[in-house]
Amino acid sequence: MAEQTNDTPLLQVRNVTKHFDISGGLLDQLKWKEGKMRRVRTLVKAVNGVTFRILPGETLSVVGESGCGKSTLGRAIMRIHRPTSGEVIYRGKRVDNLSSHDMKPYRRKMQMVFQDPYASLNPRMTVRQILEEPVRFHNPGMSRDEVKEHVLHTLKQVGLDPDWNNQFPHEFSGGQRQRISIARALVLDPEFIVADEPIAALDVSIQAQILNLLMDMQQKRDLTYLFISHDLSVVEHISTRVAVMYLGHLCEVAPVKEIFNNPKHPYTQALLSAIPRLGGKKKSHIRLGGDVPTPINLPSGCVFHGRCRFADERCRQEMPPIVEHATGRVACHAVEEERI
Amino acid sequence: MQPLLEVKNLCVEFAMRSQVLRALRDVSFTIGKGERLGLVGESGAGKTLTGFSILNLISKPGYISGGSILFEGRDLAELTIEQIRDIRGNRISMIFQDPMMTLNPVLTIRTQMVETIKAHQKISDKEAEKIALDKLQRVYIPSPEKRLDQYPHELSGGMRQRIVIAISLLTNPGLIIADEPTTALDVTIQAEIMDLLLELCRDEDMGLLLITHDLAVVSEVTQKIAVMYAGRIVEMGPTRDVVDHPEHPYTRGLIAALPQSCDQGQRLLQIPGIMPSLANLPSGCSFHPRCELCQDICKREVPVLETKASGRHVACFMVK
Repeated sequence: MAEQTNDTPLLQVRNVTKHFDISGGLLDQLKWKEGKMRRVRTLVKAVNGVTFRILPGETLSVVGESGCGKSTLGRAIMRIHRPTSGEVIYRGKRVDNLSSHDMKPYRRKMQMVFQDPYASLNPRMTVRQILEEPVRFHNPGMSRDEVKEHVLHTLKQVGLDPDWNNQFPHEFSGGQRQRISIARALVLDPEFIVADEPIAALDVSIQAQILNLLMDMQQKRDLTYLFISHDLSVVEHISTRVAVMYLGHLCEVAPVKEIFNNPKHPYTQALLSAIPRLGGKKKSHIRLGGDVPTPINLPSGCVFHGRCRFADERCRQEMPPIVEHATGRVACHAVEEERI
Repeated sequence: MQPLLEVKNLCVEFAMRSQVLRALRDVSFTIGKGERLGLVGESGAGKTLTGFSILNLISKPGYISGGSILFEGRDLAELTIEQIRDIRGNRISMIFQDPMMTLNPVLTIRTQMVETIKAHQKISDKEAEKIALDKLQRVYIPSPEKRLDQYPHELSGGMRQRIVIAISLLTNPGLIIADEPTTALDVTIQAEIMDLLLELCRDEDMGLLLITHDLAVVSEVTQKIAVMYAGRIVEMGPTRDVVDHPEHPYTRGLIAALPQSCDQGQRLLQIPGIMPSLANLPSGCSFHPRCELCQDICKREVPVLETKASGRHVACFMVK
């Protein structure tokens, strides 16, 4: 820990790809093609060659529209899905290929908060059981009283009354349940938390409470967040850096101020222009023609070319690599050629 | 001039086994011809119920227990089921949140559109189809002839919502009630759908009741805004004024809680506590347990929506 400086990344994601095979059983895969029986596999290419790093103490937000692979990316990092290829490196140690046993020490360091607090808490366990289970699992030597005290302390930290520890999740409101989920993630004293749309299911006034809690916890416990969200105004508020995804590809990564004031990638520009702004100054949105293509048949070249105003022949043929710029990284031929 | 829609002291109750829940209390507002009103609030505030009760879509055990809903000279609360069918989908159309749930998955778009027109007008299939095509073009659907033969599952979410909007336009309604029309959609699609709704309302001089939890969306589209809390309207006024200078403590808290209202990385202002359940409403003003301005009178008496010095309608004792 002592030799860690602020420039050593906490987590590195290198070329991570996750494809899901949805072709079903062997008989479903057999198809007639050119007079022959062939075995055809159908792959959903959810995440394709994503590379980035997260520095200790920062909040990296991953934004994009539904189906762009942001949740799959979060889950691949957490090893809920094993990546198809690529590497996930945590504090210099590759973790994506570890056995479950070797992964165990990393599980306490990396925790996750899910979107829907109604689905992510076991309805048949009391709050105390939910929180004690991970502590007992990872600290077999801890005495019963120590475990209990640790759990009650965590409950208090997330703003819940420790007296409620014997109640069941259904007795709580949505905001309180999300606090329980956060407590469950924090109870192991992790360093890194993947928060997958943690406030999307909550009402506006409750969203503010949970966001404040996440920011407070980050300060108190030196947490690093990977924050997955589609709500751009929330992302603008809490992030250090922002990564924009489209169809499983990374379009742009830049510090938050840079990306909101000076978006470079045409998709980022369109996405940001669509945020509804308080105050009613109706500015013109950049209209994207057409729909998002399916991740089963990815377009050739740049995956965004079919909807891009600046697309030319090169964009249709050649996939743009993500290139380092003064302020961030962008994957776009037009930016590289300085056409935009 | 007579407004297009005038809702006066509307009350809706749900008769449960042990008690009567008062879901809407004294809700009053007007929408003029071509006027756009935004109804905002958190889940459970009664905004959807307000939209539903205008078209008498409340199912048992709910019922309208008081007040009137005047639309084009008729009181919708008094009409029989047969009479209100004449208005539903004809003079007043409704757009719901999830287009996948609103469209019938086993019928083609053609069948669904023609059916709607023929329910209200005596015309041939050919003519009905012509109107349908016209409306599909109106909502900028590419290659509308092809879409008529497609089923909802063949279309994307944004396209489906456009079709729903086209269906709602078929009979040239005077008023559209849009209940969270973009909540299920992505931001870029949301922006397109909202632009479309705004354009249609302006061009066709249609009234719009936009029900949403998203203050920013309302502020871009509507002229008037009504904020609901626990079954009551707590503040109503011109959109810009309300957003820039909210007066009711709840509206103030709601706007301050948005990340857009604070500096980057700062703590957000938060309203403590949660909205009370209808079964357990506090005495006096429903907001008093969460309110920082709360005085004794707030705990005893219910504030009514009244015009304050600024011309704004606010239901609060503490706002002068």
